[in-house]
Amino acid sequence: MIRPDQLLCPSPAGLYCPPGDFYIDPVRPVDRAVITHGHADHARAGHGTVLATPETLAIMAVRYGEEFTARRQSLGYGETTSINGVEVSFAPAGHVLGSAQAITKWKGMTIVCTGDYKRREDPTCPPFEPVPCHVFISEATFGLPVFVHPDTRGEIANLLGSVQRNPDRAHLVGAYALGKAQRIITLLRLMGYDRPIYIHGALQRLCDLYEEHGIDLGELRPATIDAKDGSGKQDFAGQIIIAPPSAIQDKWARRFPDPLPAFASGWMRVRQRAKQRGVELPLIISDHADWTELTDTITEVDPEELWVTHGREEALVRWASLKGLKAKPLSLVGYEDEND
Amino acid sequence: MQRFADLLDRLILTPSRNGKLRLMEDYFRAVPDPERGWAVAAITRDLDIRSVKPAMLREMTAERVDAELFALSYDYVGDLGETISLIWPGKRGANYQATLTEVVETLNSMSRTEARGTVATWLDALDPTARWALIKLITGGLRIGVGARLVKQALANFGDRPIQEIEELWHGLAPPYTKLFEWLEGKADKPENAMKAPFRPVMLAHAIEEADKARIDLSENAFEWKWDGIRVQAVAEGGQTRLYSRTGDDISNAFPDLVESMAFDAAIDGELLVYDPSEPPFAVRPFNDLQQRLNRKTVTKRMLTDYPAFIRAYDLLWHDGQDLRGLPFEERRALLERFIETEKPARFDLSPNVVVESWEHLAELRANPPLDAIEGLMLKKLSSVYVPGRPKGEWWKWKRQPFLIDAVLMYAQRGHGKRSSYYSDYTFGCWREDENGEDELVPVGKAYHGFTDEELKKIDRYVRNNTIDRFGPVRSVKASKEEGLVLEVAFEGLARSKRHKSGVSMRFPRISRLRWDKPAAEADRLETLEAMIPE
Repeated sequence: MIRPDQLLCPSPAGLYCPPGDFYIDPVRPVDRAVITHGHADHARAGHGTVLATPETLAIMAVRYGEEFTARRQSLGYGETTSINGVEVSFAPAGHVLGSAQAITKWKGMTIVCTGDYKRREDPTCPPFEPVPCHVFISEATFGLPVFVHPDTRGEIANLLGSVQRNPDRAHLVGAYALGKAQRIITLLRLMGYDRPIYIHGALQRLCDLYEEHGIDLGELRPATIDAKDGSGKQDFAGQIIIAPPSAIQDKWARRFPDPLPAFASGWMRVRQRAKQRGVELPLIISDHADWTELTDTITEVDPEELWVTHGREEALVRWASLKGLKAKPLSLVGYEDEND
Repeated sequence: MQRFADLLDRLILTPSRNGKLRLMEDYFRAVPDPERGWAVAAITRDLDIRSVKPAMLREMTAERVDAELFALSYDYVGDLGETISLIWPGKRGANYQATLTEVVETLNSMSRTEARGTVATWLDALDPTARWALIKLITGGLRIGVGARLVKQALANFGDRPIQEIEELWHGLAPPYTKLFEWLEGKADKPENAMKAPFRPVMLAHAIEEADKARIDLSENAFEWKWDGIRVQAVAEGGQTRLYSRTGDDISNAFPDLVESMAFDAAIDGELLVYDPSEPPFAVRPFNDLQQRLNRKTVTKRMLTDYPAFIRAYDLLWHDGQDLRGLPFEERRALLERFIETEKPARFDLSPNVVVESWEHLAELRANPPLDAIEGLMLKKLSSVYVPGRPKGEWWKWKRQPFLIDAVLMYAQRGHGKRSSYYSDYTFGCWREDENGEDELVPVGKAYHGFTDEELKKIDRYVRNNTIDRFGPVRSVKASKEEGLVLEVAFEGLARSKRHKSGVSMRFPRISRLRWDKPAAEADRLETLEAMIPE
C-alpha cells in the first residue's frame, strides 16, 4: 500500500493532495479547493474550483458574494466524486451548518480530515459521523485536558437565570456570527425561551440563510435604537441581544441599558480569559470538540495513525503516544483558534 | 461548597463595587451560620488552614495526570489553582458535596496525611468551579478583587450599621463571626470587644474648597503640617502591641522596629514615616522611601537599617485605661504633649504646631512648605471631639497644589465595567533626546481618572480615529511632533524608578485638562520632570 503522505501532505497553501492536485481548506487562492466548512479561515475566496457541501457553498456566497469562486461543485453528505482518480466524499462534522469531514481514498488508503468538529447537541446541523480510516486528521483547538466543556444546556440555563435575576440589564451575548449565534438561538428556543431575540446587523444575512435551510430561529428583531433620540432604549432591559464578540466591547454596546457582557465560547473555561475581556457572564459553549470529545472520538474511530492540526497539537500527540497510537503534528499555518 | 464557589466566581467577574456589595449582601441573607462567617473569613484572609499546602495539591495532581500534559496545561492557563481545578479527573459516582463549613472544620482538625485523602475525595465530587473555590480556600490568596474593607462594608450594609462600628469590633472577633451576624440581624446585643489593644476607627478631615473659607474661623483652630506618610494607629495595652492602618488592617508584621519600641499603654493616632538613618532623628525621608516598606509580608534587616520607621504623633485616643476621645482636641493635644515628654517613646515624636496668623499666611505656608515630606496643612477645631468618619466642620485639610505637566497621549487601554467599551486608561509621555539626538516620546505615567464623562467620550473618539496599532485591549495612537493629543497631568509627587523606562514614577497621576489647543511638540520634556524629584 502507499504511504499516507503520498495521498495528503502539508504545504504552505494548506493540506495538499498530489495525485488529485487539490487542497483541503487552503489558506491562499488555488486552482482546486475542497472546503470543509464556511468559517473564514477555512473557506477563503478566489479559488478556481470549490468543492463543498451545498450549505457551505451557500454560506460562502453570502459572505463573499456570488463571485467567490470561478466554479462551484456541490457534493452532499454521503455522496462521492472523483478528482483525478482520488475518491472524495463528505460526512457530517457537527460543527456548523454544512460542515463536513473530507474523506479521501486512493489506492486503498483512506484519510479523514475533520476540519472542525464537535460531538455535542446542535440543532442546526447533523451530528458528527465517525468514519473508519487509516489516517485521522483531527483539529485540536481545545486539545488540552483542562478543556472539558460543561453541559451546554446548563450554560444556556445560566444565561436564562441571569436574565431573570437582572431584569434591568440588557444581556449582550457575544457569539461567532456563523454557527454559534444560530446554535444559541435554537437552544434558547428548545429550552422554552419564546420572547423575541435581538440580533446585531452583522448576523442578519446568516440568520436568514439558516432559516432558508429550514432551521427555525423564532422571532428575531434587529437590535437597533433610534440614534437621534435614543427612544426605545429601555425596551432592551432584560432582553437577550446576540452580537459578534467584537461588538460587545465596542461603541455599539453603549446604546443599551446597563449592558451585561456575556460571551459564548470554549475559551471562557479559563476564568482569567473572561476577566481580561471584561466578560461578566461567561458561557462555556463551543462548536469545537473538547478534550473528552477529541480523545473519545479518536478512540472510537481507531485509526492506524493520527495527525493533529491547528490548535494545541502537542498535548494530543502526547496523549496518543501514551496510548501507543502513532501520531504527529501537521503544523499547518493560517488557521485562527480565537474564533469560537 | 457550591454556594461559596458561585459567590467567588461572580465576585471575580463583577466589575462594579456596588455589584460586588450586592452579591455579598445577598449571600449573607441566603446562607446560614456558620457557613457565611467562614466565607467572610476566607475573603478577608482571616482563615488559616495549615494542613494543606500548594505543593501537596501539586503532588496529588501528579499522581493522576501525566506530567507533560499537566505542564502544557499549566503553561496555558497560567494559574496553578485553576489548572488543577480544571484538569482534576473527577470520579464518576462520587457525588458527596462537602459544605464550606465541613471543609473548614474538618481541615482544621486534621493532620497533613489525613487531609490529603480527604481533599482528594472532595475534589473527586466537585465541579471545576467548586474545585477552584476549594483550592483557593485552602491555599489562601483568593485574588478575587475584594478587600477586607469591602467585606466590612457589605456587612455594614447587611446590618444597616455604619462601617466604623464593624471596624471597631473587627479585631476582637473570630471566625465564623456568629455573634456579629446575630447582632447585625437584630437578634442580639452588640458584641463587646474584649480584645486588648483594639482598633479605634479613625477621624478624617474634609478638603478645603474656596467656599469653605468664609465658614472657618481661624482663631478656633489649631494647625499642623500634613505629613506625607501613611496614617496609622499605634496601640499598646498590657504588653499587647498593634499597628493598624487607617482602615483597621493590622500591619504590625511589616514594622517590627516600630512595634517593638511601643512600651507604653496608649493608643496614638499619627503618621508613619521613614527617617534618614544618617541624620539625627527624625529627618523625614520622602514618601518614596516609605513605599519601600509598604505591602510587604516580611522585612529584611537591610530595610530596617536603610529605611527605619517612626511615628509622628497627631493625637492621643486612649491612655492608661482612659478613653480620651470624648475630650476636646485642645485637651487631648496637651495630654499627648505630656505623654511624649514623659514616656519618651523611642520611635515617636510630636507633630509640631504651626503658628498661622491669617489666610494669606496659611496660603504662603501651603505654597512653600519647609520639607518635601509635607503635603499641606491641617486645621483642627480646638473644641473637636474624636469621632469616627468625616464629621462636618471639625477638621480640614488643605493640600498643596499638585504638580502639573503637559504630556502627549501615547497608548490607550479599554476600561472595565461601565467603561469596558471606552478607551479610558491613558499612558502619556514627555520628550527626550534619543541616542541620535532626535526627540522621542518616553512614557512617564498612566492615568485613568480626572476627566468628565463628556471628556471621556471625546478622548475615546480621538483614540479610535487616531489609532496606529493595536495590542489586545491597548491601542497605540498618533504621537509625534506634528500630531498628538496633549494632556495636562496633575500628580502629587515624583520619584526615581528603575522599573520605568523614563526613570521616574508619578504618584497619584490624573488628567486635569485636555489641551486640544496645544501642539504636541510643545509638551514638556523629561528634564522638566527630573528637576521636580526631591533629593
